[in-house]
Amino acid sequence: MKDIKIEVKDLCLYYGEKKALKEISLEIPRNKVTALIGPSGCGKSTFLRCINRMNDLIPDVKITGQMLVEGVDIYDKNVDVVNIRKKIGMVFQKSNPFPKSIYENVAYGPKINGIKDKTQLDEIVETSLRQAAIWEEVKDRLGDSAMGLSGGQQQRLCIARTLAVSPDIILMDEPASALDPISTSKIEELVQELKEQYTIIIVTHNMQQAARTSDYTAFFYLGELIEIGKTNGIFTKPEQKQTEDYITGRFG
Amino acid sequence: MKKSKKEITPDFFSNQKKGVDIKGKLVVGITQVAVLLIIAILFVILGIIVYEGRERFSWEFISSFPTDGMTKGGIFPALIGTFILVVVMSIAAVPFGTITAIYLTEYAKENSKIAAAVRFSVRTLAVVPSIIFGLFGLGFFIQFLGAGIDKTFNGGELHWGQPNILWASLTMSLLTLPVIIVSVEEALKTIPRELREASLALGATKWQTIKNVVLPGSVSGIMTGTILAVSRGAGEVAPILFTGAAYYLATLPESLSDQFMNLGYHIYIMSTQSSDVEKTMPIQFATTLVLLILTLSLNLVAVIIRSRIRRKAK
Repeated sequence: MKDIKIEVKDLCLYYGEKKALKEISLEIPRNKVTALIGPSGCGKSTFLRCINRMNDLIPDVKITGQMLVEGVDIYDKNVDVVNIRKKIGMVFQKSNPFPKSIYENVAYGPKINGIKDKTQLDEIVETSLRQAAIWEEVKDRLGDSAMGLSGGQQQRLCIARTLAVSPDIILMDEPASALDPISTSKIEELVQELKEQYTIIIVTHNMQQAARTSDYTAFFYLGELIEIGKTNGIFTKPEQKQTEDYITGRFG
Repeated sequence: MKKSKKEITPDFFSNQKKGVDIKGKLVVGITQVAVLLIIAILFVILGIIVYEGRERFSWEFISSFPTDGMTKGGIFPALIGTFILVVVMSIAAVPFGTITAIYLTEYAKENSKIAAAVRFSVRTLAVVPSIIFGLFGLGFFIQFLGAGIDKTFNGGELHWGQPNILWASLTMSLLTLPVIIVSVEEALKTIPRELREASLALGATKWQTIKNVVLPGSVSGIMTGTILAVSRGAGEVAPILFTGAAYYLATLPESLSDQFMNLGYHIYIMSTQSSDVEKTMPIQFATTLVLLILTLSLNLVAVIIRSRIRRKAK
């Protein structure tokens, strides 16, 4: 039996009257990369944002069903959303560093968690930047503004920033869609290294990226989960016709 | 072969075909005249003030007290009074306005009735004539609040229940509050959603996000609001007419319960209440010049601070 990190049961999401996610049930294994694929508007990003309750920020959103992380329903009334987000980090489609120094960007999370000790912060910053494979590029200019970095560097900085709060799960919302091929491959390599320690869920438009980086793939279509399984299986022998059509490029 | 109607011929792009575009030229002409007119008006006003005021304008004029029934001497106390007024006003209005703006943009729900009521009040406040603020200040701050304080703490002895700097400043802060709220609100709205989400996704609370990401990004907006409020406050006379401005004082104010002289009020007094208006004309112009320099340089300082913050943010 595989080791389950997240278990979703009959999750539905409504934007006002509109049902954007329909009875999603799936299991996400620990320390693996799970890719969410599907055409635009299929609900994959919306689903991703359910996992760290980012949709709470949008008015008129209603969610039913269960999202069990380590067996705990994160939508339970007794759960503190702030703690959820500390354990479940997120990397966004558009790199969004704070207009602060590189150092301050990474130290942001630990600082709001109450870490004040300079040596400890230095250590976290270095470790996180190393993990995100950007340390060598920025170690001599930690005090410089993060806005001066290239797009790919900014995105890796954002990953480092996420790692600095030591989450268990990392959600990535099309993290490489705005990057050039070289930066993209760096991010993909990084994902491979990070899965040793983290459970990663990555939304991608890019089929090759899903095939290259993920262990499991879930295909969403029109708010429904059509199919989930080992990436190998999904890409070679999809069970559903719709999945096959999408993967082979017949629509989407 | 029949020529298609849509075919582009070489002279399609030529502008000589249809003759001169009179309408277009007219619109451009009118806008240019309007712009020139505004610049001209500004220069005429500034020119007259500088020309007429230059005679009396000197360091001595700025740094000395009025003498001989205010027909001679300087405007030092009016300058200091104006300065204290805008400082106390800013201390009251900037935090209050900023907090209100934070509530409106960050905490209030989109269709919140309270927020709608606050927004309506702010808009209404902005169009209330300034003399009404003066009357309100007299009624509320002096006769109600001040007199109440005297009754409760001073055994009825008149101390706070009369016009002073504090009440004048607070009255002025009510007048400038909408300016601050609106510019801070605008500044807060310019912080992109992505940055807020980045902070929240790291496990920051809403307040931590506002404090660490939203407010630092809005400093220049808060600054702009403060500047606009200060230059407005330095020039307005009506709100302080009944609440603290004095005709003439031989000494500088020593506490917030003292009255004060004020540049705008001084000009008003000189041009309407003086025994010899003709004689004080040069003083009036020079005072106006000082007031103009004061507000312009305040603006300049703020613009410099703002551009520095912007450069730093980059």
